[in-house]
Amino acid sequence: MSMNGQGRPTRPEAAPASDAATLTGNAGLVIEEALIFELDSPGAVGVDLPPVPATAQHLGGVKPRRSIGLPQLSEPTVVRHYTRLSQKNMAIDSAFYPLGSCTMKHNPRLNEKMARLPGFADVHPLQPVSTAQGSLDLVAELARWLNTLTGMPAVALSPGAGAHGEMCGMMAIRAAIEHREGKDSRRRRVLVPESAHGTNPATAAAIGFTVDPIPADATGRVDVAALEAKLGDDVAAIMLTNPNTCGLFERDIVHIAEMVHAAGGFFYCDGANFNAIVGRVRPADLGVDAMHINLHKTFSTPHGGGGPGAGPVVLSEALAPFAPRPFVVRDASGVRIVEHEGEAGSTGLSFGRMKAFHGQMGMFVRALTYMLSHGADGLWQVASDSVLNANYVLASLKDVMSAPFEGPCMHEALFDDRFLKGTGVSTLDFAKAMIDEGYHPMTMYFPLVVHGAMLIEPTETESKATLDGFVDTMRRLAQKAKAGEADWFAAAPRHTPRRRLDETLAARRPVLRWRPPETRAQAAE
Amino acid sequence: MRYLPLTEADRRAMLATIGAPSVDALFRDVPQSARLTGPIAGLPAHKGELEVERIVGRMAARSVPVSSVPSFLGAGVYKHHVPASVDHLIQRGEFLTSYTPYQPEVSQGTLQVLFEFQTQVALLTGMEVANASMYDGSTACAEAVMMANRATRRIRAVLSGGLHPHYREVNETNARFVGFTLDARPADVDGTEDLAALVDDLTSCVVVQNPSVFGHVRDYSDLAQACHAKGALLVVVVTEVVSLGLLTPPGDMGADIVVAEGQGLGVGLNFGGPHVGLFATREKFVRQMPGRLCGETVDADGRRGFVLTLSTREQHIRREKATSNICTNSGLCALAFSIHLSLLGERGLMDLAALNHATAVGLAGRLAAVKGVAVLNRGFFNEFTVRLPKPAAGVVEDLASRGILAGVPASRLWPADPSVADLLLVCATETTTASDVDAFVEALTEVLA
Repeated sequence: MSMNGQGRPTRPEAAPASDAATLTGNAGLVIEEALIFELDSPGAVGVDLPPVPATAQHLGGVKPRRSIGLPQLSEPTVVRHYTRLSQKNMAIDSAFYPLGSCTMKHNPRLNEKMARLPGFADVHPLQPVSTAQGSLDLVAELARWLNTLTGMPAVALSPGAGAHGEMCGMMAIRAAIEHREGKDSRRRRVLVPESAHGTNPATAAAIGFTVDPIPADATGRVDVAALEAKLGDDVAAIMLTNPNTCGLFERDIVHIAEMVHAAGGFFYCDGANFNAIVGRVRPADLGVDAMHINLHKTFSTPHGGGGPGAGPVVLSEALAPFAPRPFVVRDASGVRIVEHEGEAGSTGLSFGRMKAFHGQMGMFVRALTYMLSHGADGLWQVASDSVLNANYVLASLKDVMSAPFEGPCMHEALFDDRFLKGTGVSTLDFAKAMIDEGYHPMTMYFPLVVHGAMLIEPTETESKATLDGFVDTMRRLAQKAKAGEADWFAAAPRHTPRRRLDETLAARRPVLRWRPPETRAQAAE
Repeated sequence: MRYLPLTEADRRAMLATIGAPSVDALFRDVPQSARLTGPIAGLPAHKGELEVERIVGRMAARSVPVSSVPSFLGAGVYKHHVPASVDHLIQRGEFLTSYTPYQPEVSQGTLQVLFEFQTQVALLTGMEVANASMYDGSTACAEAVMMANRATRRIRAVLSGGLHPHYREVNETNARFVGFTLDARPADVDGTEDLAALVDDLTSCVVVQNPSVFGHVRDYSDLAQACHAKGALLVVVVTEVVSLGLLTPPGDMGADIVVAEGQGLGVGLNFGGPHVGLFATREKFVRQMPGRLCGETVDADGRRGFVLTLSTREQHIRREKATSNICTNSGLCALAFSIHLSLLGERGLMDLAALNHATAVGLAGRLAAVKGVAVLNRGFFNEFTVRLPKPAAGVVEDLASRGILAGVPASRLWPADPSVADLLLVCATETTTASDVDAFVEALTEVLA
């Protein structure tokens, strides 16, 4: 069996052909669909454009191109193509999707409707500010909510996603250190727990810090003694996720923040798990200096199959002056956007620009709509129910599965693969069997500090009935694994548009694009 | 609360199963000092749909949508007509509410879309391979420079004065923190800068934009050769993706990396985001590429299928040794881009591009006839620069008060450069009507009189 470093199989075992084969390869509602390039019908069009006026070209000597190679299709063909493709996806709308650390909660359609209002969607980022007051008002209002919910005085809105937000926060920290200690400051070491998301060390390393891992203690939290031993005048910051990736609240968080601050460092909090505490705990009260907020997690902007996200970063008083441009300021004349140093409202200390224009406006509208719908009372309930749901799953499964740490957990329940020991069933096999039962798998093999990790995040938008059905299925799967039915698991999934895919082949001989059949033949020669 | 399914009875039953006296007890690991005792102060209580719609709708009503007035705005973000089926299809829940396709058996829809998207981007740019998208054009540009630094093991990049200033600034931020050198050229107003002489043995890449931020269109084949002669890479930035339907693609000019802002197809303006970054390169650089990649493979039954691949470059595997810290792409925007491009097809995109160009040529002729106005471009696509007899920012404000969004004053992008104060960037697309042009010319004539 081909495996990666975490013991995750990457190549499927040979499997017997399905006995439910059809003549076409179609399976009822799930219909095989060719690549869009294979549907090419020369002469067909999917748009009707007015005739091009006969004018001389002004291309300054650049030649017009003769061809591109795109297929030609009518609108019905295109609509059917993408509709059929959509039917090969599992999604929150159709299934329970307890993907730990990703907060796959219900995406209200009101948010979509509001984001499409022309006063937001059809506004150009460089039109005169006097003609974009509503858009800027919305940005300022979102900032007010984020500041209030976190207790932090400032927020940088431009980062395009969580990892981009991490970069923003860490750049602000480096700018603050250089401002305080000079460009040659030796504070370059960043402490990152071994359980951290991969983006944390990648971010720190990308912008010139060195990464120093901190081990976890037996309770799944930061080993405070090990952390203390690593502090010194070369430490720039700690990057800590709280609640952490094991689904646990770092009990010593306030003490950790004080120690880091006393050593002259900053506290970057990865806010990926903010959903557990939103409206109930303010990060400012934990000693946080910077924290990104994944609007696509906590505030339910849709994940869209992998983005776009948005990662605003709240900043403490100490870091606020270094925030990236642009940012909005509200004054007597209305809301303005500060785009350059030297403009009224600028600090002279901003670390610069991270992205063209003003941030993920479409996501801001959705997030604010979500906040207004919930209100302070609803957000309190969001955190409460998300934590309740996770603890319910933990309590309902810990006797048949194996939980590495004592509860209560926060908004996600972590299991390891000890309960599968000796069964021949891997975490991956178990997850693939869940797919056949109609559940999206939990996050697997993360966090890395737990062997064969299974991280389950139900979110607050799942009913007790859904959780009961899930728990029942998981219990039966666990019993089936322990009953020695490893082959049954190894052959899963069977009821999906595709069965297990050969990842090893994909990486060994990368085919990253379609090519016309004749060039494929040439390439093979 | 309409989004929360648990009832009070459910909560009591669940607490009993857990063996906890209250939900508060589940938060016992949070230090007492940081636990709020009730809903946070200073924010309103929950609201129904109708109320929320009214509040948000009132805000939206205070901005002027570009479609409601004659608009000539461009400078990196372009208004194009998006077919109705695009927005309909991307709102299918299976696309909208799914996650990154880490479970390929139940994500073949998203994965096939990405594979098709990568192919479309490679074809458009004239390159061999493309990734599954980046946040936007500016961040794609910054990733391109860092990739060139990795590929050449050099740390000095030359940025054209025709590069959008926001893109330059994003690179400047990276250069400061990542630790490399930029030679950012002054604003190239007339489109005649010669960068070949700046390329030496220490240069990792030269970054040019085509059409440039001032609208100039150039052939960069000679510059590509000059770069390659010194072992440097040529990065070509395209902020108006529709131009690729008319112009010789950067790949044919010898570009090593092409990055583009794809917003013009399918995505819309969105006040600047979300947009979608396109990233394409040569096959030999695939393993240096940032971002997600989708690849073709087979399943256990031998059928064609798709997976995310070459993830050994990425942060969740490589952690501090990853090629980039990027975790997400711009999936749904890439889908919108891809659907729009599928509807256009070969003929449609080329016609659309020709229509844009012809409309802009017509507008340039009309503006050049206004007293005191000069068009600076010899070659352009759908955007060009005019010199006005007085500062452009004031003219734009005057025209805005007359209900015309006249374009982007160069001073909005180069506030510290007085030499560009009289310049206005003007764009026309297929959405520009003859009456829009008439209104613009008439109002401009009045304002300048």
